[in-house]
Amino acid sequence: MSTRVPPGTFAAAALIARKDLAIEFRTRSAFLAAIVFSLLAIVIFFFAWDATAVNAVDLAPGVLWVIFTFSGLLGLHRSFGVEEADRAIDALLASPVDREAVFLGKALANLLFVLGVQALAIPAVALFYNLPLSRVLGPLVGIAVLAAIGLVSVGTLFSAMAANTRLAELLLPVLALPFFVPIILPAAQSTARLLSGRPIAEAMSWLRILVAFDIVFVVACALAFPFTLED
Amino acid sequence: MTTPAPTEDRRNVDWLLTIAVVAVIATFIRAIFFTPPEARQGLAQKIFYVHAPSAFIALYVAFGIVAVSGALYLWLRDERLDRIAASAAEVGVVYMTVVLITGPMWGKPVWGTWWTWDARLTLTLFLWFVFLGYLILRGAIEDHGTRARYSAVLGVLGALLVPFIHLSVYLFRTLHPMPIVLKPGHPSLPNSMLATFAMSFVSFALLFVALLRARYRLAARVDALVAEEEFEPAPMPNLRAEPIR
Repeated sequence: MSTRVPPGTFAAAALIARKDLAIEFRTRSAFLAAIVFSLLAIVIFFFAWDATAVNAVDLAPGVLWVIFTFSGLLGLHRSFGVEEADRAIDALLASPVDREAVFLGKALANLLFVLGVQALAIPAVALFYNLPLSRVLGPLVGIAVLAAIGLVSVGTLFSAMAANTRLAELLLPVLALPFFVPIILPAAQSTARLLSGRPIAEAMSWLRILVAFDIVFVVACALAFPFTLED
Repeated sequence: MTTPAPTEDRRNVDWLLTIAVVAVIATFIRAIFFTPPEARQGLAQKIFYVHAPSAFIALYVAFGIVAVSGALYLWLRDERLDRIAASAAEVGVVYMTVVLITGPMWGKPVWGTWWTWDARLTLTLFLWFVFLGYLILRGAIEDHGTRARYSAVLGVLGALLVPFIHLSVYLFRTLHPMPIVLKPGHPSLPNSMLATFAMSFVSFALLFVALLRARYRLAARVDALVAEEEFEPAPMPNLRAEPIR
């Protein structure tokens, strides 16, 4: 091995994301847990409501977004929790990459995690709740991706913070859930419009909030992240 | 057993706090006995003299202080800014709790419901959650520098969150009374009520400043004590303790 040039921000981010995903792929613990959690939640939600009183189509958007929120939290816990073992985070920080690259890499791995959960949970909800999935699949995927970007940008930052506190994983939902409100609300509302057969144009003002949130919080969290890692 | 001599601080009365408490009590007396009741809402309207100033101070002043001093802390790294933010957050939570308690008390007789998912109510509730998260976060970190940085980051992000929560809950219809005092044109409040309202505003603001100051002093003293302990490692066990009788 001769002298090697340290990777640029995005290359480093991709490497870090690959490392996290490799750990996840070899242990499969969090992903499997998130999937099983999602399936359980789908079933429990169905029985928590009176199926004769509430239409499955009316129930589905809420169920979907509650599931994504909490299964996302399951993955986000591990994002920095996994670095605490043997103080792996120190090695990561000692490596010649930007702090922003660490954030982007972690966020990218988390994004793929959440998208993976969504890719399995959406068909599962469609199956159990008898949704007309093929009709709305395109826009629904778009909403899911937009919401996932917002969820993981805020969630990755708070995961880094929570991992360094005494409460650890208990703290993450307390910090993150208020920030998820402007994501879940527009996502659930526009999903509801879609599923009830309304045109996507009706959900435009909701989607604008979602896009604006993504832009503001991806930038803000990437800028704030180095402050969570000092000394 | 000799009683310990009172320390200098213990004899010192916080005059600002005393004046503020007296002012708040005077406001209550004026609001209850010397201000005419509102024609349609009746006595329930009197809660407005507690609710509105608390809401303004909690939502704008306290939250603003937390966010601004957080941002300044990340830039200047001055411990005092962190103490100000922490104090403002604690007093702000108290004010916001007052808002969330007095609101439903007014809402039940006037709106006919304790709670409604109206834009303003929802925003207040979520900011209350952000504030509580802020205090829980502070309580979960021991290292001073880390605690200050993390809470500053949360304070700044919280300020960024406000317009988003506001926008998204605003798309639900709003039921809250529109501002009657801070609006373009003349305030549509009779003079006697306006005077009471102004008085409540001033006294609640004074109480906020006094509590903020008291809380700041406490934080400064705690920090000083901690710093002292760090400079004098291995404190001696108290060998001169009173024998057990």
